[in-house]
Amino acid sequence: MSIRREVIRLEDMWAGYDGEPVLESINLSIKERDFVGIIGPNGGGKTTLLKVMLGLMQPNRGRVRILGRSAAQGRRFIGYVPQQVDFDRNFPVNVYDVAMMGRLGRRGLLRRYTSEDRRAVTRALQQVEMLDMKDRPIGELSTGQRQRVYIARALATEPKILFLDEPTASVDSHVTTSIYELLRKLNEHVTILLISHDMSAISSHVKTVGCLNRRLFYHESREITPEMLEEAYHCPIDLIAHGVPHRVFAPHSGENVKA
Amino acid sequence: MIEALQFDFMRHALAAGVLVSVACGIIGVYIVVNRIVFVSGGIAHAAYGGIGLGYFLRINPVWGAIVFSLAAALGMGVVQRKTRQRADTIIGVMWAIGMAVGIVFVDLTRGYVVDLMSYLFGSILTVPRSDLVIMAVLDVVIIALVAVFYKELLAISFDETFATVENVPVDTIYIILLGMIALTVVMLMRVVGLIMVIALLTMPAAISEQFTSNLRKMMMLSIVLGIVFTTTGLWLSYALNLTSGATIILVSGGAFLLSLLYKALTRRHA
Repeated sequence: MSIRREVIRLEDMWAGYDGEPVLESINLSIKERDFVGIIGPNGGGKTTLLKVMLGLMQPNRGRVRILGRSAAQGRRFIGYVPQQVDFDRNFPVNVYDVAMMGRLGRRGLLRRYTSEDRRAVTRALQQVEMLDMKDRPIGELSTGQRQRVYIARALATEPKILFLDEPTASVDSHVTTSIYELLRKLNEHVTILLISHDMSAISSHVKTVGCLNRRLFYHESREITPEMLEEAYHCPIDLIAHGVPHRVFAPHSGENVKA
Repeated sequence: MIEALQFDFMRHALAAGVLVSVACGIIGVYIVVNRIVFVSGGIAHAAYGGIGLGYFLRINPVWGAIVFSLAAALGMGVVQRKTRQRADTIIGVMWAIGMAVGIVFVDLTRGYVVDLMSYLFGSILTVPRSDLVIMAVLDVVIIALVAVFYKELLAISFDETFATVENVPVDTIYIILLGMIALTVVMLMRVVGLIMVIALLTMPAAISEQFTSNLRKMMMLSIVLGIVFTTTGLWLSYALNLTSGATIILVSGGAFLLSLLYKALTRRHA
């Protein structure tokens, strides 16, 4: 096994709002072509963790390194697929133009998109199998198709790392499987970090799993142990349990666990 | 209508309608898709302070309005970006203070201020040639800025967080957008008055949004609609002897309601 380069490193990172810590002493090391899934309850700090790593929020303490750089410097290597919230169906923009937004970082202010940008966008749309729909208004797509377009937009940045925030929220299990199938293919070249509260989907598709609830429990293994869950979710394990650990160990495809 | 064209004031009014429709069509699209109608209303009313200042200093009130509305745009942009809560309260406060400042300046001005009402309710029929020149220049400035920052404006309108991650200077672009709104508001004030500015800014864009799926096409359609509304409104107000600004707004409003009705009917059959 070759030695893989470390692409993300967090050391004793604390973050929060108005002095209230949301994340405490996070340590994390992610290496090239890892496929890490982080689960945790809502309000457990999953989105905050991504924000800090994207330089959208300053940590209160500790270090964040993306490919050896600060978050604000390193984020140009990250393709970000945000969670789909308050989506405006009427927004007048087509699939191609959305994917083209992935080229903004390469083409700064006062510069026009070039043929190189158009090639990268075409390639990205091909990868997610959405090139046929490039002229469709984004509002006419299904949630799953829209998610593919957002993945294409992230791929158009030609990233080394992909961040996905709840990629399978509000899509059915069939679409969930196809999105993870796509991610598995992409993982041959890029490192993937995704966060979700959908334990069953994550545990059956990613390489390693962590649990996050203020603190991160991550042992670079694929299994979620009852201990990790207990630590991450503290006492309310019963609330989410109801056979969940069982499903985590032996996931049935097509099943959807919603806390 | 044809015989009306022999009058200078009518030709000027038609030209003003076309010139404001261009700015309005482009900027209205951004206001509608970004849902910043309230901020735009704040900028429009704060501009009144500048009108008062203009009278007080005995300069063309349009210049005062440009300065005040730009300052208001900057202030509101900063408030929205930097304070995490109650931005709408502060915008409401600036809205009211702007108007109050205008009224007090007018009080302090000696003599009777003749056409103050024209800024509140519009007076497209008395637009002088010099204002047409200002409008044309503002149109050129707005078109140039939108052309230069088109991809960034689209990005912050569609998904600001993603734009930030892509290192787009989102705050700067947003302030530029508010600045362009301020300039558009000043132009529109002449035509429909600052109280009705918001209606003319939003209605053409809101109608086009229903029939287009691309920002550029939406702008084009908005501009065409704006020209149709101002021209029709002007003609109706001339024929029926009504206030032109209000007539233009009613024509736009009627078209907006018809477009909603059309949309509702076609959706049911779809």
